[in-house]
Amino acid sequence: MIKALVAVFLAAILTENYVLSKFLGICPFLGVSKKVNTALGMSAAVTFVMVLATAVTYPIYMYLLVPASLEYLETIVFILVIAGLVQLVEIVLKKYIPSLYNSLGIYLPLITTNCAVLGVTMLVIEKSSPQFGYLHALVNALGAGIGFLVAMVMFAGVRQRLETCDIPKSLKGLPITLVAASLVSLSFLGFSGLVDNMLG
Amino acid sequence: MDYTMIFIAVCIVAGIGLVIGLILSIASILMAVPKDEKVEAITEALPGANCGACGYSGCEGYAKALAKGEAKLGACSPGGEGCVKAIAEILGVEASAVDRKVALVHCMGSCDNTDSKAQYQGIKSCAAAIAAGGSGSCGFGCVGLGDCAEVCPYGAVSICNGVARIDADLCKGCSMCVNACPRHIISFVSYKEQTVVRCSNSDKGAQARKVCKSACIGCKKCEKVCASGAVTVNNFKAVVDAEKCTGCNLCIESCPQGCITEFKV
Repeated sequence: MIKALVAVFLAAILTENYVLSKFLGICPFLGVSKKVNTALGMSAAVTFVMVLATAVTYPIYMYLLVPASLEYLETIVFILVIAGLVQLVEIVLKKYIPSLYNSLGIYLPLITTNCAVLGVTMLVIEKSSPQFGYLHALVNALGAGIGFLVAMVMFAGVRQRLETCDIPKSLKGLPITLVAASLVSLSFLGFSGLVDNMLG
Repeated sequence: MDYTMIFIAVCIVAGIGLVIGLILSIASILMAVPKDEKVEAITEALPGANCGACGYSGCEGYAKALAKGEAKLGACSPGGEGCVKAIAEILGVEASAVDRKVALVHCMGSCDNTDSKAQYQGIKSCAAAIAAGGSGSCGFGCVGLGDCAEVCPYGAVSICNGVARIDADLCKGCSMCVNACPRHIISFVSYKEQTVVRCSNSDKGAQARKVCKSACIGCKKCEKVCASGAVTVNNFKAVVDAEKCTGCNLCIESCPQGCITEFKV
């Protein structure tokens, strides 16, 4: 059981990294990765929302949508739930942890439209089976969030190095950032098969 | 067509929406953060540049301190007089006159006045050029690669003939360039007619004269000629005390290097 959970966790970080392997959440990946600090803040918020969203959407799907055979409403219901959750988190943070609220700033509402969060909640439904239950789904969401964090922080480091590089004029700015992103993504392909062989 | 299916679907989505809406509205009432109207009004009146010239963390920090009565009026130099009046009205106190400060580059080492000791072809940044040893022959003067112009949010800084120049009318005194200059030759002066020394070289006269035609050589002629004792020479570098200066321009005429000039507004 624990071994399976660890495998799910590691797979979500390395082989099935939502940013670098599934190409979800590219917007914050490119937009908020200029500095390591902001990248850390954003990923922490995303991880939190991912776990919370999965915790709520999974039972909604299993015990509300499936019995009513309304699986096709998955997308719209999940978007609704995630948007509501982010709002709730924002209200709670504003009241109890204003310093965290201020430092997260615009990132929190941005997560509402972050497709990585929606992707985690929806893809985990596809995976669900008698062997892959609620606990696995939560661990998968946590792993996905940590994977997002790893990708963001790594890429922020790469971008900080890029700042001081002598880049050809035509490649300056976004072009070289995209090239760097593809290289980082390519390096993550090396993990595929690794986790399965290690723990499978 | 099975209408009950549609009905159920609508009910479920509407139900989820309703539940979330209810939770959110209850939460927003239960966890409402009491907001100080004064702070909001003051934040509104401030320029919102978050430059930190006032010494607080951004405009909101300053607004909070003002509302509590901890901060002084007029610390916001980008806001200027209009801002002070608006805040004074909100707080219900007398507006005091503000001494407007603008940044000034204390260097006249243009391409005509000074030479370069080496050619620098690295990153276009003063800090990087200095890390590489610096290209200008004067070790105190403006590098001219525009670190200050880069950070200026108001477009007041331009690089003119190898030296940074700050347009006093555009400058809001936010201190971004003062902090950005790796040579620390930008500092604040009052926005009024006065006499300023535009050199930061504290080398001995002969050495300073060698590297720049308009370097202060510390000859003390200005100090001797000044009737009001406003000019002092320390460390082979003249400094004018704006408070004591009468604007007689005797020091400007006496300076053999021409590094003391009028500051016109």
